[in-house]
Amino acid sequence: MTAALRNVSRRNVLKAGAGLVVGIAYAPLLAPAQGSETPVHLPGSLNGNRLLSAWLRVNPNGTVTVFTGKVEFGQGIASALAQIAADELDVGYRRINMVTADTSLTPDEGFTAGSQSIEQSGTALRFACAEARQMLLAAAAARLGGRAGDLRVADGTIAAPGGKHTTYWAVTTDAMLRREATAKVRPKAAGEHTLIGQNLARRDIPPKFTGGAAYLQDLRLPGMVHARVGRPPVPRADLVSLDTASLKAMPGVIEVVRDGSFVAVVCEREEQAINALVALRELAVWSRPELPPTLADTFDRPEPELQTQDSVVYEKTSPGAPIAVRQIEARYTRAFQLHASIGPSCAVAHDLDGKLTVWTHSQGVFALRSDIARALGISPASVVCIHMEGAGCYGHNGADDAAFDAALLARAIPGRPVRVQWMRDDEFMWEPYGSAMSMKVGAGLSADGNIVDWRHELWSYPHARRPGGREGVNLLAAWYLAAPLQPAFPVDVPQPNGGSDRNAIPLYDFPNQKIHKHYMPDAPLRTSSLRTLGAYANVFAIESFMDETAAAAGADPVEFRLRHLRDERARTVIESAARQSGWRPGALGDGGRGTSSTFRGRGIGFARYKNHACYCAVVAEVEVDRISGIVRVTRAWSAVDAGLAINPDGIVNQIEGGMIQSASWTLKEALKVDRSGVQTKSWVDYPILRFSEVPAVEVEVIQRPAEDSLGVGEGAQGPTGAAIANAFAAASGRRLRDIPFLPERVKAALAPL
Amino acid sequence: MPAVFTLRVNGTARSVRAEPATPLLYVLRNDLKLNGAKFGCGQSQCGACSVLIDGMERRSCVYPVGAVGKGAITTIEGLGTPQQPNALQRAFIHEQACQCGYCSNGMIMAAQALLARNPKPSESEVKQALEGHLCRCGAHNRIVRAVLRASKGALP
Repeated sequence: MTAALRNVSRRNVLKAGAGLVVGIAYAPLLAPAQGSETPVHLPGSLNGNRLLSAWLRVNPNGTVTVFTGKVEFGQGIASALAQIAADELDVGYRRINMVTADTSLTPDEGFTAGSQSIEQSGTALRFACAEARQMLLAAAAARLGGRAGDLRVADGTIAAPGGKHTTYWAVTTDAMLRREATAKVRPKAAGEHTLIGQNLARRDIPPKFTGGAAYLQDLRLPGMVHARVGRPPVPRADLVSLDTASLKAMPGVIEVVRDGSFVAVVCEREEQAINALVALRELAVWSRPELPPTLADTFDRPEPELQTQDSVVYEKTSPGAPIAVRQIEARYTRAFQLHASIGPSCAVAHDLDGKLTVWTHSQGVFALRSDIARALGISPASVVCIHMEGAGCYGHNGADDAAFDAALLARAIPGRPVRVQWMRDDEFMWEPYGSAMSMKVGAGLSADGNIVDWRHELWSYPHARRPGGREGVNLLAAWYLAAPLQPAFPVDVPQPNGGSDRNAIPLYDFPNQKIHKHYMPDAPLRTSSLRTLGAYANVFAIESFMDETAAAAGADPVEFRLRHLRDERARTVIESAARQSGWRPGALGDGGRGTSSTFRGRGIGFARYKNHACYCAVVAEVEVDRISGIVRVTRAWSAVDAGLAINPDGIVNQIEGGMIQSASWTLKEALKVDRSGVQTKSWVDYPILRFSEVPAVEVEVIQRPAEDSLGVGEGAQGPTGAAIANAFAAASGRRLRDIPFLPERVKAALAPL
Repeated sequence: MPAVFTLRVNGTARSVRAEPATPLLYVLRNDLKLNGAKFGCGQSQCGACSVLIDGMERRSCVYPVGAVGKGAITTIEGLGTPQQPNALQRAFIHEQACQCGYCSNGMIMAAQALLARNPKPSESEVKQALEGHLCRCGAHNRIVRAVLRASKGALP
């Protein structure tokens, strides 16, 4: 698919200019390798980290150390990568020790984001381990005599045909893997795998269920002190005055650190730091700037009147296509939404002998190191960022900001490790939000009821404001220092991944298509990467509108999708989800008829994430309470095609979790914000789905062992939101186009016309 | 003023010096170095910090250490170890019942209290017992399956 990308600036495009910075988040992966000759392209992250020894070390003690720049946050990636390495090497899963994202030890693989870890790190490890295996066998052949091709390996023991044997552990040398990968040794083919494709138990799980040290929060260093940061009541506020003497007199307070409008208390004990924070919040006097209106304030108007950068994302024309005889159009919106990690962000930093070590649950330790070093005016070589797991993050939450808080405080109290724990309201009020979005979709139908023209126009704030740019500092505290630093200009992630326009290009074979975006880099609230970026909202709009168009054409939603879709893998997941659910055309729901107090209905949604990761279709069944306006998702079915499945249960876990999280987004979640600031401060202000509201979920993994593995972590969210919207329409005969589907909106939609 | 408290934690007497109003969570985590109870909200809203006191589920993030008295505290460390998990923990492992696992402590402690008072709960009784516990990853159905599995003794 070729995306026609051009700027068609109208209105007042910001002076910063879109041409200045390119693809911040992905720059390290796309940059050509250094050197005068262009080196051969290597698969996955091997291309940017070309030494075999950067990926694995075969140890004389019978273990294998595997290095990855990707981080574990509960998606099971460290286990899946260990599974890959063990399989390609022919050693037991337990022999693999994983070392994950550490700027002093592991390859730089950018961010653990975008459902790319299996595609990038997994691919690199398959090739690196296959090549290492061949080198170990060559060394064994030299020792045993005979040809390497005749040797057999089982759990690292190498046997020759005559019965002589040795082991990896005996033939390995320090120097063996210290050479550039060639990727000329093919990894195992489908059918040769022994561990890939098996449901091996995750290695991170036993400590999590028994109180073992499993999280950054469990890190306790000798002499460690506890800090809390006193954040402003509203973004861009200045600290006018603070009685630091009163704070310093409180029990356990070691230091009150203030730099401009950044202020923190550092204490011997954690509860003392919390008490000091409460006092700080009472004593501090802040300016009270008003928050400007946001896109979300324009949802009741036909078109947002905001400053935008406008471009055509994609355009396709088919001159011979049938003429449209009927046009329809609809607008969809999505509120600001939150990552809302169960554990607020945490970090530990230690400034010792000129070396700053930061333990963080950031998704990108190298990018974080780069921004910390730039902010502090020190060399990146003097900063080490080490990943440790935190609570699930689902994107760019407060992790990096907490790490910089800890770094600033460690520099103020050299020699003592400083632990910063954000409070619940810190996370709700200061995490970067998932952008509010607006999508206007239109279609032209031919005389025979097929879509010939497709238009999709979207409005969005940034979805990528992580650290790691070539300029600026994307760390919260840096903007509040006495000498404030500026954030990087937030460039939208370009296609083919897309940011605000992720999944805005439909996978359907519409003859004429035009996708516009109105990007708004100047956001009153900080927005950044929340799981799927723009894809959840775009797929919600596309797939809702597919049902609206199918209804206009008098077609069944499944049949209508299939008639516009040639991609066989896409068709298969749609057919499979429909089959599982017992899909019956013409009998999808009550349609707002009947006298029962509840309406019931079913709907479908589909997408291929980013148009190049996993395929996923979801059928949802909903119950609508006509009196209360409460929508419940009672059951959901899905089918997912992720190519070669490394760990099928890991895929099921990601997809079912994604479906439930998306049901929560769709039914319940919206940031509360007004001119005086963010009003979402506790779970009372931001309800998420609870046990009694969670649907029964079934997931079918379509196995394609001969195909490349495809990322799944974000595959289900868009299809699920749309499936719920379509099920609501089937149930009630009315349509909800604004996420979330709160009871008052439902009641308004059900009101007599 | 700080005082010395002798707490009964997982069957062992442990002495700590703290302000009586200190939430039990920080004493468990920082003084006794127990990782199980987690800081999630500090407001008794999410359940990640749950422990048992005399068999009742309590939110340690708001439970003052001075109010524990002679109460017997059980944390998740008192149920089993990574090497020897108890039946409920084994059932959670068998079902791979988490993604990030940050809420798991509260889920397991609430389920332990439920199974003690109702060894054969129905699915809806399990959900009811966990209703006050938040999971953000969407592992709810696995968690319910794990509790039911433990209640049925259906372990490998």
